[in-house]
Amino acid sequence: MAKEYMNIILADDDEDDRLFFTDAFDELKINTKVSTYNDGVELMDYLNAEDAILPDILFLDLNMPRKSGKECLIEIRDNEKFQNIAIAIYSTSSSEEDIEETFVQGANIYIKKPSDFTLLKKVLSDVITINWQYHTSGLNKDNFLLRM
Amino acid sequence: MKLNLKFDLNTIAKIHLNHLLKESNLNYKSIGFGEIEILEALSEEKIVELSAKLLENGIEIVENQKSVFVQKIKDAIIEMVQNPDDITVKSSVYLSEKLNYNYSYISNIFSEVTYTSIENFIILQKIELAKQLIISNELTLTEIAYNLNYSSVAHLSTQFKNTTGITPSAFQRIVSKRKELASKK
Repeated sequence: MAKEYMNIILADDDEDDRLFFTDAFDELKINTKVSTYNDGVELMDYLNAEDAILPDILFLDLNMPRKSGKECLIEIRDNEKFQNIAIAIYSTSSSEEDIEETFVQGANIYIKKPSDFTLLKKVLSDVITINWQYHTSGLNKDNFLLRM
Repeated sequence: MKLNLKFDLNTIAKIHLNHLLKESNLNYKSIGFGEIEILEALSEEKIVELSAKLLENGIEIVENQKSVFVQKIKDAIIEMVQNPDDITVKSSVYLSEKLNYNYSYISNIFSEVTYTSIENFIILQKIELAKQLIISNELTLTEIAYNLNYSSVAHLSTQFKNTTGITPSAFQRIVSKRKELASKK
């Protein structure tokens, strides 16, 4: 009996980006619960709390004040408790170096933030659909690498 | 003294269920009659445990019939992808014979439940298998392409790139760097 919705978290310091992100999910067919955090410190405080409901997929902006996406990524991948969380890097950077480095550090997905809303919806819908397959079909998450 | 009782089954069931879930230390929310939402992620074992406990008490977790059927479709696809030599007919014919339904019915239910098409799911499974073979390092890409019934390495590479956004060689490089990193920890 699989649960019928997906828990999603976004950490991003840009308010507009957070708004576009949550709006994009409202129109998706898959049921989702989306919550957002303003920076890496806020995010990690939430995740490390004992009663935290862990997300199925976490979207991480790379450039955030106080604690960057890369620092969060390393901290999360160092902690057994978080091993089932799929991590998507969600960044304006398309540098090959950032992409490969974050994959090596344990990110599953790398998304270059799309510039328009229609494209954003398409990209997020694709990511969620594929993540859903990993979630529901017993695919090996260690081999889950996706670049959009 | 004889008393005549009238039962409100709905209320009794709710109280009973509440008691059982409290015993199992589960936080939940009642959505409506016959439907509850557990407010935390449950492991496979926990679900089995809960399901057995509820059943003892006359409550059965009803699995969605469609989901059960979709699981059968997935199993058939995985079997098909893993044994390409045994299958001589088109995948639509194979699935429809194996599951005893016409293909459009199978295909519609599949899309409805999984939000993806059977064709996409087959590709995803083939690419997953290719990844495992790449990681195991025993076969060349040419051999992997041949084993998975691709007409050429180029065809496999293109489908790999289209599905994952990265090339097979980038995948191989990332995986080996990850291993290196893990061994340093």
